[in-house]
Amino acid sequence: MPTFTYMTRCDGCGECVDICPSDIMHIDPVYRRSYNIEPNFCWECYSCVKACPQHAIDVRGYADFAPLGHSVRVLREEASGTISWKIRYRDGREKAFSFPIRTTPWGSIKPPTEYEAPDADALNSPLLAHEPTALMVAALPTLLPFETKQE
Amino acid sequence: MGLFSSRKTRFVDTDILVIGGGFGGCGATYESRYWGRNLKVTLVEKANIERSGAVAHGLSAINCYMGMRWGENQPEDFVRYARDDLMGLVREDLVFDIARHVDATVHMFEEWGLPIMKDPETGRYLREGRWQVMIHGESYKPIIAEAARKAASEVHNRIMVTHLLMDQTHPNRIAGAVGFNVRDGSFLVFRAKAVIVAAGGASHIFKPRSAGEGAGRTWYAPWSSASAYGLVLRAGARMVQMENRVVLARFKDGYGPVGAWFLLLGATDTNANGDNYIAARFEEMKSMVGKYAETRPMPTCLRNHAMLQELKDGKGPIYMHTQPVLDTKEKEAIGWEDFLDMTVGQAVVWASQNIDPREKPSELITSEPYIMGSHATCSGAWASGPEDCAPADYQWGYNRMTTVEGLFGAGDTIGGSAHKFSSGSFTEGRIAGKAAVRYVMAMAGKTPQVDETQISVLREEIFRPLENHETGRNEIVAGSVAPGYISPLQGLQRLEKIMDEYGGGISTLYVTSEPMLNRGLELLGMLKEDLAHIGAEDLHQLQRAWELNHRVWTSEAVLRHTLFRQETRWPGYYYRGDYPKLNDADWHAFTASQYDVRTGEWQMSKLPVHHIIA
Ligand SMILES: Cc1cc2nc3c(=O)[nH]c(=O)nc-3n(C[C@H](O)[C@H](O)[C@H](O)COP(=O)(O)OP(=O)(O)OC[C@H]3O[C@@H](n4cnc5c(N)ncnc54)[C@H](O)[C@@H]3O)c2cc1C
Ligand code: SF4
Ligand code: SF4
Repeated sequence: MPTFTYMTRCDGCGECVDICPSDIMHIDPVYRRSYNIEPNFCWECYSCVKACPQHAIDVRGYADFAPLGHSVRVLREEASGTISWKIRYRDGREKAFSFPIRTTPWGSIKPPTEYEAPDADALNSPLLAHEPTALMVAALPTLLPFETKQE
Repeated sequence: MGLFSSRKTRFVDTDILVIGGGFGGCGATYESRYWGRNLKVTLVEKANIERSGAVAHGLSAINCYMGMRWGENQPEDFVRYARDDLMGLVREDLVFDIARHVDATVHMFEEWGLPIMKDPETGRYLREGRWQVMIHGESYKPIIAEAARKAASEVHNRIMVTHLLMDQTHPNRIAGAVGFNVRDGSFLVFRAKAVIVAAGGASHIFKPRSAGEGAGRTWYAPWSSASAYGLVLRAGARMVQMENRVVLARFKDGYGPVGAWFLLLGATDTNANGDNYIAARFEEMKSMVGKYAETRPMPTCLRNHAMLQELKDGKGPIYMHTQPVLDTKEKEAIGWEDFLDMTVGQAVVWASQNIDPREKPSELITSEPYIMGSHATCSGAWASGPEDCAPADYQWGYNRMTTVEGLFGAGDTIGGSAHKFSSGSFTEGRIAGKAAVRYVMAMAGKTPQVDETQISVLREEIFRPLENHETGRNEIVAGSVAPGYISPLQGLQRLEKIMDEYGGGISTLYVTSEPMLNRGLELLGMLKEDLAHIGAEDLHQLQRAWELNHRVWTSEAVLRHTLFRQETRWPGYYYRGDYPKLNDADWHAFTASQYDVRTGEWQMSKLPVHHIIA
């Protein structure tokens, strides 16, 4: 289901160009609106669809196996932490779903530098950041060295 | 050259360079900053880390979590599982190392805001299967990217990394990487004391089942361009298990994953007659692979094998019976969310083909092969293991360092450790990140030096496809057919055809043999020569040209390893028609290769498999 852009909705802001992991949403130099330059390298990941402030991007299932007449629309709302989907079948049936996307405010992750700096002993141990606390078990599991075991 | 001489060159000096901001790369960035407070950590990514890599969509499960805090599993159990699935051949030290740390990673994800589903009765994470936990994972990647952005000194998006740089005085030591900015065309030179490659696995090595417009709908992302392997193997790093390509049974056309359907919802699959075909083929599988057929759960490759035999016998299509398990509203939502969170295309297939999963079953089929190191497969670079428990011949200093000094890897990059998935790849990035900090500290004062001529030679090579097009197109009126160059897409289609027909793709039902592999290598050799004649119209095509380059080099490693392993170790992934059985006496070993940049030769070898867990 490669993407396409509705001419009347797109204002050429470039958000989709910025996000597409495949680098295939480009701004048309004549119309100054976006379009999919390489549909056969589109993963239908919906990253551009979710990012478009104008809801100008839609998808039409890949021509080689998806019959016409369907639609899968999405609304991703960071403020409320939800994503909502509306699915319309070729035969007209509809389904709607809504799911949570995040439990904390966007931007709230604490940078690693705000944790107390580890000491040299920790650096030379097998422990990773926030361990063993983050493991939620008493200690990091270890194995006897293989060579010792064989003796 | 005049045309392009105005091109800017930008130098970036850093202590640690992380290449690829997917799960491995974000983990590496976070951890290097945690331990290396005074070090500069630079993350470079060809797309935008907010939505890059295999998790751009999101995911609906975390596939690697022990649950040690509830006593659910221990790391040793996980090693046995991964080893059984890969028919005995995994680096047990690496798998153990990921398993013992992975729970902490998942707990961090939850703290950061990833919604992990809970079992209402026990309050524990809701298990999909023994190792998997269910998540509302649409924003999995943006959440992880936020952590990496906050940790990195600098993030450079839209830089396609093309080559690694070596130290002028110590030829086996890393010194950085080069690439170009896909937006403004500038040439980037990163000079680093340590490099962590986390550039992901590979789709589009073998011809996909989809045709034309649908070619982008592969199971692994179309932007998984084999850069991890293309970069490290040409720096002379030893590679392992490159023949261990993965084939996965997926919902047909949409490539919807099957895990939640089988494990959580409890759906079953049958052939067109309604028979449980896997059970019926048990004796046949046992005759091919012996004791490995008795493993439960049955190894991924053997399940594929059974499906293929059914299709050959005319008993397809194979169906996943979704109808009986979607008997409540909640279960219907779980089924749909599974795909809307991670493979929206499957929902589109249902909508377009009028398939309501509550009413009709869906077809399953085996995919084309993929090259990766983080799934039910373990291709990648040979890495040094954990200092406290790796066998002596599996360690040479720093955890997750390749055989090139100062060059580390994570996720799909590192071979021998299967079943890492998203959480394990991030964890491996953390392991590599910490080790790289220790390496940089130990090497203080011995900064690698980059030779100026090495840089200018690469600069010329990197932008040559633009020149090829600029000059070549003057020979023709218009169109895509020119005598002097081919486009990156044309090159990719040639590669996929070679790999498909000679390397064991879908058109031969995954069968190959020595004469076929040799013929494939011959044709691939010519494609390699033609790489000097790729014509790129613009910077986007230039990115495609270098993705092709990485895929071609990776494919050569795949063919060479497949030729070297004279047995059929993983029926259902591929078959050596000339050696149809598993042969533990000769081949209970890793296959390894090392490319010598100076001579252009590949050296193949066997490396021992140590079983460190009973
Ligand atoms: C459809 C699907 C379903 C999956 N389901 C699950 C699941 O349910 N649970 C689970 O845990 N895992 C799942 N996985 C697996 C998981 O996504 C991978 O194991 C994991 O992402 C691998 O991490 P990585 O860092 O190696 O690669 P990636 O996450 O792919 O990251 C690689 C990064 O490198 C960048 N890059 C590549 N080449 C270059 C270059 N030349 N220069 C600069 N940057 C570059 C890419 O853009 C990307 O950002 C699934 C994957 C897919 C595709
Ligand atoms: S994000 Fe939307 S409005 Fe902006 S360029 Fe893309 S399609 Fe147009
Ligand atoms: S759906 Fe994904 S791959 Fe396709 S154009 Fe949008 S962002 Fe790019």
